[in-house]
Amino acid sequence: MTRLRSAGPAISVQALTKRYGTIDAVRGIDFDVAPGEVFGLLGPNGAGKSTTIKMLCTLVAPTRGRALVAGHDVSTERDAVRRNIGLVFQDPTLDGYLTAEQNLRFHAELYGVPRSAVAGRLRALLEMVGLWERRSSKVKTFSGGMKRRLEIARGLLHSPRVLFLDEPTIGLDPQTRRSIWGYIGELKATEHITIFMTTHYMDEAEYCDRIAIMDDGRLVALDAPQVLKARVANDRVQIRTTDDAAAIEALRRRFGIEAAVHEGSVTFSVADGAQFVPRLFAELEVPIEQVSVARPSLDDVFMAYTGRTIRDAESAAPDQWMRHVAAARGRS
Amino acid sequence: MAVPSRADGLEPERGAPATLVPVAVPPRSRARDLRAIVVVWRRELLRFASDRMRIFTALLQPILYIFVLGTGLSALTGSSGVNLRTFIYPGALAMAVMFTAVFSAGSIVWDREFGFLREMLVAPVSRGAIVLGKCLGGASVAVLQGLLVLVVAGLAGVPYSLPLLATMLGELALLAFTLTAFGVMAAARVETIQGFMGLTQVLLMPLFFTAGAMFPLANLPTWLMVVTRVNPLTYAIDPIRRAVFARLALPPAVRDRYAPGITWGGYHVPTAVELVIVGAMGLVMLGVGVLEFQKTE
Repeated sequence: MTRLRSAGPAISVQALTKRYGTIDAVRGIDFDVAPGEVFGLLGPNGAGKSTTIKMLCTLVAPTRGRALVAGHDVSTERDAVRRNIGLVFQDPTLDGYLTAEQNLRFHAELYGVPRSAVAGRLRALLEMVGLWERRSSKVKTFSGGMKRRLEIARGLLHSPRVLFLDEPTIGLDPQTRRSIWGYIGELKATEHITIFMTTHYMDEAEYCDRIAIMDDGRLVALDAPQVLKARVANDRVQIRTTDDAAAIEALRRRFGIEAAVHEGSVTFSVADGAQFVPRLFAELEVPIEQVSVARPSLDDVFMAYTGRTIRDAESAAPDQWMRHVAAARGRS
Repeated sequence: MAVPSRADGLEPERGAPATLVPVAVPPRSRARDLRAIVVVWRRELLRFASDRMRIFTALLQPILYIFVLGTGLSALTGSSGVNLRTFIYPGALAMAVMFTAVFSAGSIVWDREFGFLREMLVAPVSRGAIVLGKCLGGASVAVLQGLLVLVVAGLAGVPYSLPLLATMLGELALLAFTLTAFGVMAAARVETIQGFMGLTQVLLMPLFFTAGAMFPLANLPTWLMVVTRVNPLTYAIDPIRRAVFARLALPPAVRDRYAPGITWGGYHVPTAVELVIVGAMGLVMLGVGVLEFQKTE
């Protein structure tokens, strides 16, 4: 029984699947997360990120497949998993009528943190997130950013091996977002903690050591952000024209480029955008109102793997949902 | 949960960041569950203490029943030997405890809506510990509320005698526990605060009215007698009234008229049996509540 748990990966997922009725939320995903890694799960709303994180946190039972967190099975060793993880959800889970310190003390008691260690950790964490001076204030007086920082401190109180952050910076101002990324960097350096997070902010995923791109319940790519970007060598060009259909047709005819409308602009990729734009103005007969050229970003990575931008995916989500519902009705 | 004063060396130098010392969370054990029960219980008390408005609003209703209704109805009975304020007092006392207990349990619905329930349910402790802590917390809060009503007992003609106060307090604690368990059981199934309020209003008022809180349990029409005997709350209020009337210097005929006790057919139900009924109901509902919370998430 003395299995050396620290030697293995922090998270290990095999063929993990979740079905809700007839809807496949997660369709058999596999990945490992190394100890000390900052791992990002990236994808549009409805891709299955939240369901995945909930299965890893033992909040939702997998339909099939297996997941080990800190060496413990999420289905059969829920308690051991819960002792070893910290959770920060999208929606706050604080008691607004208690003070910041009372919220943390409640957590320490519930998780059985040794009494002698509580005061020291509580102070160190409140100082880290910049709330030590506000420890005696009721949480209902806190801003959204302060609440999120307090939740991060609370999630770390019992020294988890893995910290799960579900959209940790959603709805926060840029300054708070930066400071949250600051703590994550600090934690990585000092606590040797593994961080598993979901986000749909492409720019934030760049902070991760590795990212997995999720779309429609599947992992479509998994690597370091710079590796993923390097694979998409082309620049992205977006133009606004008076006649998009004619522009797409002209691009195909004259340049042999397949373009499509994304986010209201005709979008395509070329090897060197800066060189291509002058040719475009000279040779495209359709008037161009606006042009933008972008170096490869994770948005392009997402597009390269899924054929659409993440914003397309999000705006299409309601349609997809309707199709799911229609399909479910048809089958029953 | 005050800020502890420390001289244990954990206090870092001013300005210097405190260092994070890792801790190990021990596996689940009795001691861990006990800590969880205590902290959930303590949170209920903290919240009660910080909500003075609620304490006073919860006092208003029983005071109205005892001093306005009781005094007003006394005009009808004239001087038949018993002050109606004294007669109504046990029912109003039970009412204060009942409503506080059920609404304390309702904070579960509130916690669910504001996410805090999740913080409790994902913790590595047994759900039973959390539900039990919640029940004990709600019951404690309800007993404290009852204590405030006990303070005015003298004004309602109930003697301030230590054994009587102790007896009433014990019976109130049992009532409070059972009703909190009832509230917790209901809260497990209800999604919104409005839904919970609606459900409890619909259930509590009829239960209260048919428990003989405002009328004696003898000489009733058959249908009402059956209803009072089936209502578990009857068995919680009757012992309190009997305890009060046992302390009053009254002719036996008057006492039998106002506090006749509960009879099943011709059988006079003893206080001990009444209390066992109330306690058993509480334990059953607590069990159902724990099972329901084990199913969620």
